[in-house]
Amino acid sequence: MNVLGKLSWDAIPFDQPIVMGASAVMGLAVLVVLSWVTLKGHWPYLWREWITSVDHKRIGVMYFLLALVMLLRGFSDAIMMRGQQAVAAGGAQGYLPPEHFDQIFSAHGTIMIFFVAMPLVIGLMNFVLPLQLGVRDVAFPTLNSVSFWLTASGVLLINISLVVGEFAKTGWVAYPPLSELQFSPGVGVDYYLWALQISGIGTLLTGINFVTTILKMRAPGMGYMRMPVFCWTSLAANLLIVAAFPVLTATFAMLLLDRYLGFHFFTVGGQGNPMMYVNLFWVWGHPEVYILILPVFGVFSEVIATFSGKPLFGYRSMVAATMAICVLSFLVWLHHFFTMGASADVNGFFGVMTMIIAVPTGVKIFNWLFTMWGGRIRFTVPVLWTIGFMVTFVIGGMTGVLMAVPPADFQLHNSLFLVAHFHNVIIGGTVFGAMAGYNYWFPKAFGFKLDERWGKASFWCWLVGFYIAFMPLYALGLMGMTRRMQHYDDLNWQPWLLVAAAGAVVILAGIVCQIIQLIVSIRNREQLRDASGDPWNGRTLEWSTASPPPAWNFAILPHVDGADAYWALKEGKPANQDQPARPRKYEPIEMPNNSATGFVTAFFAVVTGFALIWHIWWMVGLGLFGAFVTVLLFAFRNDEETEVQAEQIARFDRTHQLELVV
Amino acid sequence: MEIVTTLCSRLRLTSWVCQRDRVSVIVLIGASTLSGCAEGVLDPKGPIAAGERQILFNSLGIMLAIVIPTILATLGVAFWFRHSNTRARYLPGFTYSGRLEMLVWSIPAMTVLLVGGVAWIGSHDLDPGKPIADTIKPVTIQVVSLDWKWLFIYPDQGIASVNQLTIPAGTPVSFELTSSGVMNSFFVPQLGGQIYTMAGMTTRLHLLADHPGTYRGLSAQFSGDGFADMRFNVDAVPAANFEQWLTATRNTGQVLDTQAYAELAKPSIAVAPFSYRNVAPNLFKSILSTRLQPDDQSRLSQAVEQRTQK
Repeated sequence: MNVLGKLSWDAIPFDQPIVMGASAVMGLAVLVVLSWVTLKGHWPYLWREWITSVDHKRIGVMYFLLALVMLLRGFSDAIMMRGQQAVAAGGAQGYLPPEHFDQIFSAHGTIMIFFVAMPLVIGLMNFVLPLQLGVRDVAFPTLNSVSFWLTASGVLLINISLVVGEFAKTGWVAYPPLSELQFSPGVGVDYYLWALQISGIGTLLTGINFVTTILKMRAPGMGYMRMPVFCWTSLAANLLIVAAFPVLTATFAMLLLDRYLGFHFFTVGGQGNPMMYVNLFWVWGHPEVYILILPVFGVFSEVIATFSGKPLFGYRSMVAATMAICVLSFLVWLHHFFTMGASADVNGFFGVMTMIIAVPTGVKIFNWLFTMWGGRIRFTVPVLWTIGFMVTFVIGGMTGVLMAVPPADFQLHNSLFLVAHFHNVIIGGTVFGAMAGYNYWFPKAFGFKLDERWGKASFWCWLVGFYIAFMPLYALGLMGMTRRMQHYDDLNWQPWLLVAAAGAVVILAGIVCQIIQLIVSIRNREQLRDASGDPWNGRTLEWSTASPPPAWNFAILPHVDGADAYWALKEGKPANQDQPARPRKYEPIEMPNNSATGFVTAFFAVVTGFALIWHIWWMVGLGLFGAFVTVLLFAFRNDEETEVQAEQIARFDRTHQLELVV
Repeated sequence: MEIVTTLCSRLRLTSWVCQRDRVSVIVLIGASTLSGCAEGVLDPKGPIAAGERQILFNSLGIMLAIVIPTILATLGVAFWFRHSNTRARYLPGFTYSGRLEMLVWSIPAMTVLLVGGVAWIGSHDLDPGKPIADTIKPVTIQVVSLDWKWLFIYPDQGIASVNQLTIPAGTPVSFELTSSGVMNSFFVPQLGGQIYTMAGMTTRLHLLADHPGTYRGLSAQFSGDGFADMRFNVDAVPAANFEQWLTATRNTGQVLDTQAYAELAKPSIAVAPFSYRNVAPNLFKSILSTRLQPDDQSRLSQAVEQRTQK
C-alpha cells in the first residue's frame, strides 16, 4: 500500500497551461501576502488580534473578507465560462475542453453558494447581531471561531483541488449516479463532498450559536417584538440552518458511504435510488436559498428605515412574513424536479406551495415601499443598492413564480432561463444586500466611511452589468438553450452569449470599483473619519456605541423600552446638550479569552479532509486525533475569561463619550 | 387565454382583471413574434408546446399586471420622497395602517390565487404522462439515454435508431424513457417540455408534431463530458414518408441485440446518426432492470478516444 494513498505527482496537472497558470498566480499572491506579513512582522498582531480572536466583530470581518476573496475566484470561473460560450459556437470547441469546463461550472456554483454567499451573510450576522441585540458577544464565542475556521478549511480544500487533483465534474448539485464512483472515479467529487462536509459543520455550529444568542441574550427589556428586523430575519435564517444543514450532511454522508465503502444508497445497481438524493438535496437546498436571502431582507429593512428617517412600515407584518417564509420554505422542494415525472397532483401541489411563498415576499416589498412613503430619503450607497434590489428582485421573483408553474417549468427547467432566474435573485438579492450592508456597517466596524463616489460607480456597474449579463440568458432559455453546454451548434444563440459576456465584463468593472473604493477609503480615512459612532443617524443599538466598538461593545448594557431603541433615546434626549450626563456606574466586565482552538481544529480538519480525499488513512487518523485532542484541551482549560477593569472601561468611555445614558 | 378566462369566471373575479391581462398578453405575443427565429417554446410546433407557451404567457401576463406597477411605484416613491424635495411631506409617524396591511397581503395573495389556478389546472392538462386525445393510434417509442447519445427503439415496428428520431407528423407519440446509467433529460423544445431519464425507472411523455419539419432535440440534464453533443434531430414526416422510412430502415444496418447494445453502451461522443434493422424483443425491459449495466471499468478505460466525428 502506498504511504500517500492515491496521491502522486500525476495529481498535478502540469499539462494544462490554464490550470497551472491560475494556480501559479494564486500561489504567488498568497506568497506575496505571507512574505509581506512576515517582513513587516505582523504575525504576532495577526495571531493575537484576529486568528485567535473570539470577538464576534473580528470574526464577522474575517467571514466577509473570506467571501470577498472567494468572490474573485468564483468570478474568474464565471468569466471563463462566459468566454467559452461566447466562442464555442457552430463547430468550434472554444478554449476549454469539456473535462475542464465541467470543473469550472461545478466550482463556480459550489464556491459562490457555499463560500461567497454564505460567508457574506454569516459575516454580516456575526458583526451586527450582538450589537443590535445590545449584548457583548454571541452565546458561544469560541465555537464561533471554530465555525469560521471550519468554513475557511472548506475554502482551503476547494482551492487545493485546483492544483492537486481535480474538482468535481458534476455540477454543484452533484446528482448521483453521475457523482457515484462508477461514473466519477476521480477525486473531484471527494473534494466537493469533504469541503462541504467540513464547512457544513461550521455553518451548523453558527446556526446553533446565533439561535441561542437571539433567544437567550437580548439586552434587558428587549422583548421579541422590540428586536430590530435584522435580528428577526437572522433568527429565521439560523433556524433554517439548524433544521436544514443536518439533512445536507446526512445526504453527503450517504453518498460518501457509497463512494468509500461500496454502499448502495444512490447507485444504479443494488437497489440504489438516485432520486432519493435529489429529494434530500433539495430538502436542504430550498431552505438554503432563504438562509441566503432572509438576512439581507433584514439589511434592506434597516437601511431603508434609517435613510428614510422613519421606522420600518408594518413591523409586525414584516415579522409575520419572515416567519411565514421560514416555515413555507420546507414545503416547496419538489419544484426543483417537476420534470422527473411526478403525478400532476404532486406537481400542482408543490407549484402552488411555491407561489404561496411569493405572498410574504411581496408583502415585504410593499412594506419597504410604504417605509419610503413620507420619508426623507438620502440617496447614499446603501440606499442605491436597496432600490436596485427592489427593482431587480421583483423581476427575479416573477420569473421564479413562472417556473413554479409546472408546465412552464417543463420548458424552462435546466435552461438558461433558470440560470438567469437564480442569478437574478442571488445577485439581485444576496449580493446587493451584502453590498448594502457592507457600505452601511463599514463605518461601525472601522470608524470611517467608505468613499461614496467609488461606491456609486461600483453600484452602477454591478446593476447595469447584471442586466446586460443575464437578460440575454432569459431570452436564450426561451430559445431552448440548456445550461452547462461546453459548445453548441446553433449560431442564433451566439450574439446573445456575446452580449452576456460583455455584461460579465461590466460586472468585473463593478468589482474593480469596489476594490478601488476600499483602497481610496483607507487612504482618505482621516477625511472619512466618523467620530460620532452614528454616521447615518441610525435607529438601532449598534449606533449607540463607539466606532469601532470596544471589545465589550457596551460599557453598560442598554435598557430597551421599545422598538428602534437608539432612535427613541435620541428623541428623548434632554434639550440642553452641555449638561453633563449623570455619572455612570462602571462595573468590571468578564470577557472570553482568545483561543487558538478554532484555528488548530480547522488545521486538523484540513489534514483529515485532504487525507480522506486521497485515501491516506494514517493521516486521517492523525488529523482526527489532533482535532480531538484540541477540543479536549479546550474542554479542560483553566481560565476562560479575563476581567476588564472598570477603570479601563471608564477611560474608554471618557475618550469617546458616546453612549447615551440608558 | 381560455384558462385565465375560465379561471376568472370560476373564481368569480371581476372581468377587468382579465381585460388587463389580455392587453399584456397581446404585448407579449407581439414581442415573441419578433424573436420568431427562436427554435424554442416561443415557436411551438405541436399542441403540447403550444399549451405550455400559452400557460407561460398567461402566468407572465397576470404577474406583469402587478410587477410593472410595483417597479414603477418603487422608483416613483423613492424619487419623490428624496431628501432634497421640499414639496414632499415628511411623515415620520406613518408606520402602520391596518387597511394598507390588508392590501399588501391581499394583492400578492390574489395574484397567487390566479397563477396558482393556472398552475394547478395546467399541471393536469399538460401532465407529460397523460396520453394525447386523438383518433389516431399513437406510435410508441422507447428512449434510452446512453453515454453520450440517444437510442430510440420502435418496439411495434421492431427497429431502432441512434441520435435520430423520426416520427409521423400529426400522430401522437407515446414515449417511454429510461437511462443506461446517469440521468439525462429528453427535451424537444418546439414539441413540448422535457422529462428526465433515470436508470431503473421509466418516465412517460406524450408529444405530437402538427406539421412535418425538423426540430432540435437535446439533453437538458448535465451528464458528463459528452453532454454538449447529446443532440438529435426530430424529423417529423408525413405518414406515408414514415412508412417509407420504416421500410428503408428495416433493410439496412445491424440487429440490436444484447451484444450490440453492450457495444453501443460504451461511452462515445458526437456519434453520427445510424439505425438498427431489428431489435431484440424486450430489450428495453432488460435495460430497465439494469442487467445490461456496463461494469465499472468500461467507462474508465473507454473514455473520450471513441469520439466519432459527424
